[in-house]
Amino acid sequence: MIHFVLLFSRQGKVRLTKWYSPYSQKERAKVIRELSGVILPRGPKLCNFVEWRGVKVVYKRYASLYFCMCIDSEDNELECLEIIHHYVQILDRYFGNVCELDLIFNFHKAYFILDEVLIAGELQESSKKSVARVIAAQDALVDAAKEQAASLSNIIAQATR
Amino acid sequence: MALSGMRGLSVFISDVRNCQNKEQERLRVDKELANIRTKFKHEKGLTPYEKKKYVWKMLYIYMLGYDVDFGHMETVALISAPKYAEKQVGNVGGKEFSESLAPDVQKLLISSSCRPLVRKKAALCLLRLYRKNADVVNVEGWSDRMAQLLDERDIGVLTAVMSLLVSLVANNPDGYWNCVSKCVKIIERLTRSQDIPQEYTYYGIPSPWLQVKTMRVLQYFPSIEDPNIRKSLFEVLQRILMGTDVVKNVNKNNASHAVLFEALSLENMTRMLLVADVQESIKRHQAQIITSLKDPDISIRRRSLDLLYGMCDVTNAKDIVEELLQYLTTADFAIREELALKAAILAEKFAPDLSWYVDVILQLIEKAGDFVSDDIWYRVVQFVTNNEDLQAYAAATARDYLDKPAVHETMVKVAGYLLGEYSHLLARRPGCSPREIFPIIHDKFPNVATSTKALLLSAYIKILMHSQPGDPELQKQVLSVFKKYETYLDAEVQQRAIEYFVLSQKGPSMVDIMAEMPKFPERQSALLKKAEDTDGDAAELSATKLRLQQQTSNAVVVVNQHSANGTSHPAPLSSVSSGTRNIDRGFLEQSQVGPQHNDVPVKAAGMVQSLTADLLGDLLAPLAIEAAPASVAATPTTAILPLEEPPVGPADPLALAVLDGNSSSVQPVGSTSDWFNALCKKDSGVLYEDPFIQIGIKGEWRGPQGRVVIFLGNKHTVALTSVRAIVLPPSHLRMQLPPVPELIPPRAQVQCPLDVLSLHASREVPVLDFSYNNSAVTVGSKLRLPVVMSKFLQPAPISSADFVAIWRSLAGPPNKLQEVVRGVNPMLISEMTELFNMFHICVSPGLDPNPNNIVAATTFFSESGATLCLVRVETDPADRTQLRLTVASTDASTTFELKEYIKEQLVDISSITANPATLGFTGPAAALAGLL
Repeated sequence: MIHFVLLFSRQGKVRLTKWYSPYSQKERAKVIRELSGVILPRGPKLCNFVEWRGVKVVYKRYASLYFCMCIDSEDNELECLEIIHHYVQILDRYFGNVCELDLIFNFHKAYFILDEVLIAGELQESSKKSVARVIAAQDALVDAAKEQAASLSNIIAQATR
Repeated sequence: MALSGMRGLSVFISDVRNCQNKEQERLRVDKELANIRTKFKHEKGLTPYEKKKYVWKMLYIYMLGYDVDFGHMETVALISAPKYAEKQVGNVGGKEFSESLAPDVQKLLISSSCRPLVRKKAALCLLRLYRKNADVVNVEGWSDRMAQLLDERDIGVLTAVMSLLVSLVANNPDGYWNCVSKCVKIIERLTRSQDIPQEYTYYGIPSPWLQVKTMRVLQYFPSIEDPNIRKSLFEVLQRILMGTDVVKNVNKNNASHAVLFEALSLENMTRMLLVADVQESIKRHQAQIITSLKDPDISIRRRSLDLLYGMCDVTNAKDIVEELLQYLTTADFAIREELALKAAILAEKFAPDLSWYVDVILQLIEKAGDFVSDDIWYRVVQFVTNNEDLQAYAAATARDYLDKPAVHETMVKVAGYLLGEYSHLLARRPGCSPREIFPIIHDKFPNVATSTKALLLSAYIKILMHSQPGDPELQKQVLSVFKKYETYLDAEVQQRAIEYFVLSQKGPSMVDIMAEMPKFPERQSALLKKAEDTDGDAAELSATKLRLQQQTSNAVVVVNQHSANGTSHPAPLSSVSSGTRNIDRGFLEQSQVGPQHNDVPVKAAGMVQSLTADLLGDLLAPLAIEAAPASVAATPTTAILPLEEPPVGPADPLALAVLDGNSSSVQPVGSTSDWFNALCKKDSGVLYEDPFIQIGIKGEWRGPQGRVVIFLGNKHTVALTSVRAIVLPPSHLRMQLPPVPELIPPRAQVQCPLDVLSLHASREVPVLDFSYNNSAVTVGSKLRLPVVMSKFLQPAPISSADFVAIWRSLAGPPNKLQEVVRGVNPMLISEMTELFNMFHICVSPGLDPNPNNIVAATTFFSESGATLCLVRVETDPADRTQLRLTVASTDASTTFELKEYIKEQLVDISSITANPATLGFTGPAAALAGLL
């Protein structure tokens, strides 16, 4: 299973974290610190898998962002590497040429999408279309709610004028 | 794409991003937190929008790594908010919660009316709950429901269900057999791309993730019985293995190889059951894997080393091991020890011939001496000692290595040991006379550690003692070395130097003490054990274990056959070694019996013990699997313990036939009664052998307890099935044989330990009832196990005064029984003495003034304690076919059983049946009475 997903920039700034196994806040900080120390200095020609503290970390760099996933040592690391790519492809489709800024300002969207791809540390859906459909439905719900709220507050505003 | 409408949040994120340093960022975050706190506290009427905004801000702050210790209630409140927009966040756990939630989730998962979206989430939710609390799926018929779920067509739902199944199967593989055929169908559907929607293909590959997961599940079911399912799985594997090629697109490559590797490990598991064709397809990748050994990335190098280790078999062992040896010189330090260990193991496991094995290990030591653990060279010594054909070759090779300019210390140790033991085998070769060998070894002496020095001293005395005829020049040199080290700082070296100096003065009578080492008992390679221990990784551990169970080391098999052959052509080595033991025992007993037998100084006796003990101790201690006494200090008890019990008596005249003939045409390759009789006299050997199976036995005895290990070795290339072995114990023994595995893989060996406890004296023996199926016929036999009375006897040296006192106190039947035995196998008093001593009945010479009588004492051990038994045999020098036997002990039944047991050993049963006339012989009692 995937124990956690970590996104950080080349400068080591965390952009997204998702934990599927219990880690205390202190442990989380330690993991992030240690892992960025391990992964960032690795050259571009080196392997995408790092054995670290009895588990395996699969990482891939996209532009200035590092996507890391931590899996059990007996898990299939190539499969995991492609989960990362699968997720990036979905982000790319959703944002349209995704860049780091998209993930900074819409970090909650990145979380929503991740939740549709992974649950409980396992791949939930391998169809990009299917994920896109679900996210679109979510957005539609949010928009509808917002409009409703806006019209409600308009009515209230007019009524109390 | 900015977050429309949530300006406050965007501004906050921008602010944080614009902070110049950590301090500024902290100030900004603290300010925001204070703001949110007051908002939550004071303004009761927050709009849903505001609530949401603040929670998002808190979440962002939390993600940055700051502690957020409030606001949890507000978050939870959001979850229960009526509108979807506010409901998006949240997650809860806890056992009670999972219990109450599980049934609902299960319902969602099973119901076909639910949308796929909900069902796949339900599957993974259940997985999450299962990890927390395994009871959630402990419901009647859950595996049937899982099987039903696998009929699902939607790939997304299948993927989620398969994740759940992997977890369930990992914890309880037996419970989900009904899912296997469904899984094979799924993987078949995927690899054939049948009915796979476009959106579920990844770079043209039908959901690689589902393929990987399905094969993961199947890995827990290595043996599939249904031939049709097996066949389709085999086809699928073949398609994957043959169809995977390296392509340009990285992602496609990765995905297809993820599938390939998973297939490979599944294939590895099923290899035993499938045709060997597939192996060829892995070997196609061998060159690639070997190249990866030189990859710049260490994790890749490690991986390829593991893979090479895993894929090695008899056909490619030579290539792979040579490749590893070559790589050893350039490999980086982090990996070398593991590399050396693995090369050593592979060399041992798959050696095409034994000399090659010795070559490999010596090369290994030469190239990476620092990384060769002691276990590796101990194993070579063990191996060479147990294989006589190898001894001369090994000694010669070791000698050649010593000629090289820089020799690693480990090499000095191996060479020193081998040359000490076996250099006399080379004496005729040019440059290999003892006189030439000694300086070659001694050249290295000044530069080695003290432990090696001690070892070399032993080698010297052995070389000296083995050089026949004696060489005065060599003796002078060696003695001067011993003399020099008599004052050495290290106690071990000093002691050896002094002892050897004295011993070498004794001349040829000491040759036996310096004889070659006896063969080692078979044992699991310490290396394999070590490899198991060092494999930290749980999955690999299990894989290694599986391999171990499937393929036992060739070395053990070789040793086995040797001991089997040992009976047909007695090896000079074994006779010499038993001589060594007897001498050792003799010294011990004499020193204990007292001053009347002081023809050998007691001091010398002590020395011999310490010598034998520490030579054996040196080698045995680190190798032993059982806790062999590791102490080098030579107290008499530890000196004796590591030695095997001495052989018990000559050929048993009572030929015990197999109780029940074989129920089939498969015949044993020898006489089962001969094997049984031989085993009554020694503690290990062959009990039964036919073209398919070899059953060996190894026993250890201590007081009333014994441990017999039964080795069932499959000699054939086909697995033996329905293996059954039951021990039928007689009433006087308590023994329990743990269940024997039903299947013995080809060329594998199974060990079954059997603990024995003696309850009281009896001559009956347990019976091993075993049978197996060799895929054609069922073979079965009933075999007597050599758990005879003498195994529970221990010699009891006794003084004359004690003997007489006890003998008198036990007057008449039933505690003292006397019988005139006729039809005795004629033998001399000295032969009979030897026979008694072999049965652990300790003869005290000189105690009876009549030289034609034997007086002996032994202790019989049973659960209730030790019973001292006294034996007296009166013979008639005029007629050696009869004698009078008297046995006395404090326990009537022990007296009777021991008397009958001794009688059985003395009487030649054939002579009784052949000459019934001797039974009618009259007057022996009178004649014997006259002799007293």
